[in-house]
Amino acid sequence: MSVTADDVRRIARLARIAEPTDRVDALVGELNGILSWIEQLNEVDIDGIEPMTTPVKFPLPQRADEVTDGNCRDKVLANAPKSDEGFFVVPKSVE
Amino acid sequence: MSELFKLTLSDITAKLKAREVSAVELATEGLALCEAAQPKLNAFTAFDADKTLAMAKASDEKLARGEGGLIEGAPLAIKDLFAVEGVETAASSNILKGFKPTYESSVTAKLWENGGVFLCKTSMDEFAMGSSNETANTGPVNNPWKGPNGEMLTPGGSSGGSAAAVAADLCFGSTGTDTGGSIRQPAAFTGTVGVKATYGRTSRWGTVAFASSLDHPGPFAKTVKDSALMLQAMSGHDPKDSTSLPNDVPDFVAAVGQSVKGLRIGVPKEYRVDGMPAEIDEVWQKGIEWLKAAGCEIVDISLPHTKYALPAYYIVAPAEASSNLARYDGMRYGNRVDGENLNATYENTRGAGFGHEVQRRIMIGTYVLSAGYYDAYYLRAQKVRTRILQDFEQAFEKVDAVLTPSAPSAAFELGSKSDDPIAMYLNDVFTVTANLAGLPAMSVPAGVDKDGLPLGLQIITPALDEETMFKVGAAIEDSAGFVAKPEKWWS
Repeated sequence: MSVTADDVRRIARLARIAEPTDRVDALVGELNGILSWIEQLNEVDIDGIEPMTTPVKFPLPQRADEVTDGNCRDKVLANAPKSDEGFFVVPKSVE
Repeated sequence: MSELFKLTLSDITAKLKAREVSAVELATEGLALCEAAQPKLNAFTAFDADKTLAMAKASDEKLARGEGGLIEGAPLAIKDLFAVEGVETAASSNILKGFKPTYESSVTAKLWENGGVFLCKTSMDEFAMGSSNETANTGPVNNPWKGPNGEMLTPGGSSGGSAAAVAADLCFGSTGTDTGGSIRQPAAFTGTVGVKATYGRTSRWGTVAFASSLDHPGPFAKTVKDSALMLQAMSGHDPKDSTSLPNDVPDFVAAVGQSVKGLRIGVPKEYRVDGMPAEIDEVWQKGIEWLKAAGCEIVDISLPHTKYALPAYYIVAPAEASSNLARYDGMRYGNRVDGENLNATYENTRGAGFGHEVQRRIMIGTYVLSAGYYDAYYLRAQKVRTRILQDFEQAFEKVDAVLTPSAPSAAFELGSKSDDPIAMYLNDVFTVTANLAGLPAMSVPAGVDKDGLPLGLQIITPALDEETMFKVGAAIEDSAGFVAKPEKWWS
């Protein structure tokens, strides 16, 4: 499998990264290099093998489902690029 | 300047306890040393002298009362991935430049509870993505060790600043994170000890996430004993991290110096790779001889899926990263670059805020998770990951620990691999397997190459058995008698 310049633009859009106009051709080469190197995984016999999603093999504790934190609005807003009257200010997203 | 910063963490904590030196005195000297070294090493990203001195003063008060934790009063350097309350934590990325957390990461909170004193934040590859510290938004860190003709070398990555700070005797220990080798490879490149414990032993809460199922916070230190002390002070269950292990933390320090007699040490044939310098093989052979002389039984083993670990990692890690880094959208924190609508603002923010390597990995991750490719790439990689774990499980039926080189070369020249992503990725060929399997692993300095540059040996043990790792690490350290230090050119 290999990617084209159009694929790179589509992936960038999916990832919400502004189209890297001056880097599209370079990225085609880089991504294809990495993807073809990854192809060697096709040699591995994975029949009947379960996918590994976490290295934790031990039972992990669960806590009661209750509120344990909060009442820290100003801390939450402290690093906001824009805020006003205790709210985040974001670009208009609903017409 | 005094010679105090040349001491080990264990020795300085003893001196602090005996009131032969005050924590404030030490912290003041540490700040001056780091400040003087910064123009040369470029290892640091933030200081907060008021915080440092206030913490040191509090340590002195405790020590004066005969109280104090494991590492009371010792100045520590903190990788820029750990949230330190009120101090810029940017993961060496422009997208987080200026971010000052209003909370403390669990690992640093534990270090402070145990008496550690915050000294500085250290530079790293952006979002921990890299093996040379060259993707940091503040530029590469220079290794305290120079090349034979005075070349500037990489300290390794991603935790390059933390490794350099310990190697240059600018702190008594530092924190790193290891997702594919980001503690052990820099440790090997700088002649320091680097450890990652069993996955879940150290909490990930408050540490900027890269690949959650692979991220392991851990320490850098000058000696194996110091690394055990640091890990002791960092470990333990954390209810804020759902993958944090509830198990009791063993006495790691007590394991250091215990006999290794009768331990079975596995030597995997797959870790002898093409193009590896003969010196790496030689130091490995020496390690085998040292352990044999110490009474270990050497067992040839096979970890047949080793060569597939890196390609599997370069699917799993970018996939998790593309998901984790979705949070940097310029809305609630980090820097925003406005566009004509919401989507354009997201795209501009992420296009301007992330560097090339981070964008590349997010794009790989997005691609392998996208419709039609998920099974071929992501699911397959997860199954290969199971194979790699099985390799270790089978090996650990026959051996107690595995001994390998830490990295396929000594520290290389800055700029020499930055144009070739795969050449850079291959740095982690020996370390990445332990991340995929979640096993304890450490790098211990074991010798120098023909240019006098440090080389490390890696010890990997079964999950939850850090004690055997420390025993074997200390045995290697004892036999290697590694005392080489870089010539001091940074102050």
